[in-house]
Amino acid sequence: MANATLPARITMPPEARRGEIVEIRVLARHPMERAIDAPGLRPVPRKIIHTLRVTQEGTEIFRMDLSTGIAANPYVAFTSRAIETGEFVFQWIEDGGVTYERRQVLTVT
Amino acid sequence: MKGLTALLLLLVATAPAVAGEVRAPATFLSPDLRALQDDPSRHPGWLWIDTGEALWRAAPAGGRPSCQGCHGDIAGMSGVATRYPQVAQTGELLNLEGRIENCRSRHQQAPAFGYESEALLSLTSAVALQSRGLPVSVATDGPAAHFVAEGRRLYTLRQGQLNLSCAQCHDENVGRRLRGDVISSGVGTGFPAYRLEWNMMGSLHRRLRACSLGVRATQFPLGAPEYLALELYLAARAKGLPVETPGIRR
Repeated sequence: MANATLPARITMPPEARRGEIVEIRVLARHPMERAIDAPGLRPVPRKIIHTLRVTQEGTEIFRMDLSTGIAANPYVAFTSRAIETGEFVFQWIEDGGVTYERRQVLTVT
Repeated sequence: MKGLTALLLLLVATAPAVAGEVRAPATFLSPDLRALQDDPSRHPGWLWIDTGEALWRAAPAGGRPSCQGCHGDIAGMSGVATRYPQVAQTGELLNLEGRIENCRSRHQQAPAFGYESEALLSLTSAVALQSRGLPVSVATDGPAAHFVAEGRRLYTLRQGQLNLSCAQCHDENVGRRLRGDVISSGVGTGFPAYRLEWNMMGSLHRRLRACSLGVRATQFPLGAPEYLALELYLAARAKGLPVETPGIRR
């Protein structure tokens, strides 16, 4: 199952000059269930976003492995150099194989 | 002289606030958390705001109008949250959650969302956001007066196994530390707030239940008349302080 949606906010400039460093902020809504249900002490299946992958026109520009030590609603900020106008594809890969996807265009002037 | 001034400043900065002085909750946050509260690109509460704004525009089943259908753009809700809790024409005390639920069941003829439901938290937060920065200005006279009095009675009532009143922490020990956090003035201007302990948005009543549990007192149900009266009293104390919803709380 691919391309499911996840409540997320992606903050990046809509356009940048060629060669400029742009900051990209990615906030996603996810419980990051780490297999320990403390209040009830009941084991539950681990279900976290284990990978955040960002590609631009098919080229991977950022990849991050997330662990069970990361709090719910993970926030990630990184920078990228503006080279070519194109669509950034943000993919969150969840335990169980579901991939959530969001897209955002950066215009390079 | 310079040293003396610095020392005085230090004393002022570390001294517990004088009882009776009510400060905005944001002033008790660490600089980092304060910056987070003001930054929608990092504040997870905005994920609920997005959901709430979508709900504002979504028509319920059955051909009834959406919130937007009657009230217009959500920006028109500016200032509304500053006036809640409020006594309705029926004489009952309603907070913003209760007002939204009423609207939903009466005018939209849709089933109520339920207190602390994702939908109600989102919609309440999105509506309250329109008043962010505006001063709290609840009515405390007329029909509201006896609710304020009841709220004040609860606030000053010693409760639970620890035999503590709200006032003993939130007036008499404001600014001092308790369980790794700073005790703030007893006001609820940031709610619904994203509480780091919860990892999600939560209502003021959920927070009040946590306080009740903390002093080993009776926890009232969400939306209970006791918490509604207390919410109004807290808002009366907060008159003039800015709405901070969605707040960031520890």
